[in-house]
Amino acid sequence: MIRVIGICALLMAWAAPSVQAETLRMAVTTSFANSGLSDILLPAIRADTGLEVQLLVVGTGQALRLAAAGDVDAVLAHARAAEDQLVADGHATHRREIMYNDFVLIGPADDPAEIAQADTAAGALARIAGAAQPFVSRGDNSGTHVQELALWQAAGIEPQGRWYRATGSGMGAALNFAVATGGYILSDRATWLSFGNKGDLAILFSGDAALFNQYAYLPVNPDRHPHVNAAAAHRLEGWLTSDRARDLIDGFTIAGTQLFTFNATGD
Amino acid sequence: MAAKLAVSLDGELVEITIRSLQVTITATLIAALIGLPLGAWLAVSRFPARRYIIALLNALMGLPPVVVGLIVYILLSRAGPFGVLGLLFTPTAMVIAQVIIITPLIASIAHQAMRELWADYRDLLISLNATRMQRIATLVWDGRRTLLTAKLAGFGRGIGEVGAIMIVGGNIDNATRVLTTAIALETGKGDFALALALGFILIGLAVAVNLGIHMLSRTEQGSLW
Amino acid sequence: MQSILPLTLEDIEIRRNGKRLLGPVSWVLDGAGISILMGPNGSGKTTFLRAMHGIERISGGRIRWAAQAPEVQQAQAFVFQAPIMMRRTVRDSIAYPLRLRGVSRAQARSAAEEWAARVGLGAALARPAMVLSGGEKQKLALARALVTAPQLLFLDEPCANLDGRATHDIEHILQDACKAGTRVVMSTHDIGQARRLADDVLFLHDGRLLETAPKDQFFTRPATPEGAAFLKGDLLL
Repeated sequence: MIRVIGICALLMAWAAPSVQAETLRMAVTTSFANSGLSDILLPAIRADTGLEVQLLVVGTGQALRLAAAGDVDAVLAHARAAEDQLVADGHATHRREIMYNDFVLIGPADDPAEIAQADTAAGALARIAGAAQPFVSRGDNSGTHVQELALWQAAGIEPQGRWYRATGSGMGAALNFAVATGGYILSDRATWLSFGNKGDLAILFSGDAALFNQYAYLPVNPDRHPHVNAAAAHRLEGWLTSDRARDLIDGFTIAGTQLFTFNATGD
Repeated sequence: MAAKLAVSLDGELVEITIRSLQVTITATLIAALIGLPLGAWLAVSRFPARRYIIALLNALMGLPPVVVGLIVYILLSRAGPFGVLGLLFTPTAMVIAQVIIITPLIASIAHQAMRELWADYRDLLISLNATRMQRIATLVWDGRRTLLTAKLAGFGRGIGEVGAIMIVGGNIDNATRVLTTAIALETGKGDFALALALGFILIGLAVAVNLGIHMLSRTEQGSLW
Repeated sequence: MQSILPLTLEDIEIRRNGKRLLGPVSWVLDGAGISILMGPNGSGKTTFLRAMHGIERISGGRIRWAAQAPEVQQAQAFVFQAPIMMRRTVRDSIAYPLRLRGVSRAQARSAAEEWAARVGLGAALARPAMVLSGGEKQKLALARALVTAPQLLFLDEPCANLDGRATHDIEHILQDACKAGTRVVMSTHDIGQARRLADDVLFLHDGRLLETAPKDQFFTRPATPEGAAFLKGDLLL
C-alpha cells in the first residue's frame, strides 16, 4: 500500500508542470494557432522576452469567457463588440489592436450559387440563400460566427431552413464538414490557406471591407483578478506591438500569400 | 507518413505520448486506490442504501466525460470554489477529471469480481472473525489478478478520453497536450494523415500496456500460481 | 487464556422461511475428547455445528459460553465440508489466521511451515492452494484451523469424498490435536469413522437431538428406535 502511494506521489510530481521559464497563459482564437503564425511568434517571444506563452486555442466566445473568469492572463481575439464589453465590465484593462487578416467566402469550385459575381459579401450570402445552397455556420459564438451573423444582418436575411447548417464546432471541424457536404462557408483566410483537407472547395469571394478581421490584444485586469501575471502581460504587449513583431507578422506567408497585416500603433 | 512523423514530430511526439501515459496512469492508480476498496466494501457489506450506491455507480460508469470536464472546469476556474489552487489548465486538473471518470468504472467492475470471491470466502472469513477492513483487504489482495482487468478497463477509458481533458487541460502545447487532444487538433487543421498516425500510436500504446501487464501477471502466475 | 468451555445450549432453535431446521436442542459441551455428530442426511448436523460456532443465526433459545465474546471467537475454529481455498500459496493460506490476529509475517510463516509439515504438506508450501488434491485441501484446511491452537474445533464431514489414505491421515491429525488439548466436535455419516474416533456420540434426526451417549453405549445399545435403525443401515423416512 505504501509502495502504491509512493508511486502515485512520484507520478504526481512527474506530471506537474516544470517551472523553468516565466509562463503566461493567453487564450487565442483558432485562426491564430491553426494558421501556423503562433509557431513563428512563440519561439521569438521566448527568445526576446524570456516568456513562455501557453496558448489556449478556443473560439473567441470562450476566450473572452476565460478572461472574464480570470483563468488566463491575456486574450487575443477578433470580435470588437464583445471585446469592448469585456473592457467595459472591467475584466480587461484595455484593448490594443495588433494586426488584421480577412475573411473569405469558400464554396464548391463550380459555385452553384454564383457568389463570385456578387458585389458585396452581403450580396454573396443573399445569393446562397436565394439558391438555397448548403451553408455551413460555425454556430459557436466565435469571432467568425459573430462576423457571419453580422453579414446576414447586412443582407437583411434571417438564415434558417435545411440549407443552413449550424455545426457548433471550431473552424477546422466546420471546414471538414463543408468539404464533406459541398457547402459554402465563411472562414478566415489564414486558416483556409493552411488547412490540409481542402477537397473541391475554393475561395469564391473576398476583398469586401466588411470582411476585414481585426485582431486585438486584451490583458486581464489585475484589479479584478489579482493572481494574473500582469507584468508579463504588459511585456508581451510591448513585444506584440514592436517592430520585431511587425517583421515576423508581415513576413509570414503560406504558398506565397501574406496572411496577416500588422497594424498596431505606438503607445 | 511515418517519415513525416519521424522528422517533424519526433521530440514532441515522445513528449505528448509520455504525458498521455503520465496523466492516465496517475489517474488510474488513484482511481484504483479508491475504487477497489469501494467495490470490495460493497461486496462484503449489507446495508439498506447499498443497492442504491451500486445503481448509482453503474449510472456513473456512463458519465459523459464532457460533463465531467465542464464540472471540474467550473470548480477549478478562478471564479469557482477551488480557483485559488490555480489548477485549471494543468496536468493535475486532467488527472482529477480522469479520476472522476474512471473511479466508478473500476469500482463497479471490482464489485462484480469481489462479489464472486466473497461468495467463496464468506464462511471462512466470518468463521475466522475477520474485521470488515480485513475482509476488504483480503478480497482486494487475493483478487488482485482479477482486479487487474478493472484497472486496465479504467486505463483504457482514460487513455482514449478527450472530452474532459480538452476542457480542463486546454490542450496547451508543451504543457497539457496529450495524444487525444493532439488528434483533435490535427483533425481541426484538416491534417487527417497526421491525426490518423497519432491515432495509431494511441491504439498501439493501449495494446502495448494491456499486453505488457498481461504478460507480467502471467510470469508471476508461473512462479506463484 | 481462560477456558471458553463449558458451552451451554438452551433450547436453541433455527427456522428459515417458516421451516424448522433444528431444535429445540439443549446440550452442554465440556470436558475433553472427540464428540461425533451422527444422523441421516438432512438431519441438521451442519446447521447444528454452524449454530454452535456462531455463524448461523438462531431463531430461539440461548447459547452461553464460559468466557467473553472476543476470546470465545478467537479460541475456536471450523473446518467446512467443502474446504474453502484462498487464492494463496499453501504457506500463506495456513499463515492467514495468524496474520488476521496481528502476528508478524515472519512468525506466521514459520508457524505455517511447521503445521504444513505436520499435516504432510511440507513439500507443497509454495504451491497455490487451489491446485491441491481433495485430500490435500482438507489437510490444508485442518492446518489452517489448528495453527491458532484453538480450544475447540468443529469439523463438518471433513472426510466426505476422500480416499482411505487421506481419511487415515486426517484422523491421525485429529487424534493428535485432541491429545494436545483441543476439544473436537465433528459430524460424519461414516459409522466406521465414528467407531474409530468418537469418545461420545450425538445422534440427530429431523433437527432433534435424540441421543447423547458414550460411544460404546450408542453402538451397542441405542436408546431410540431411530438410532437402532440408523445403525442397522435402514433409511430413516
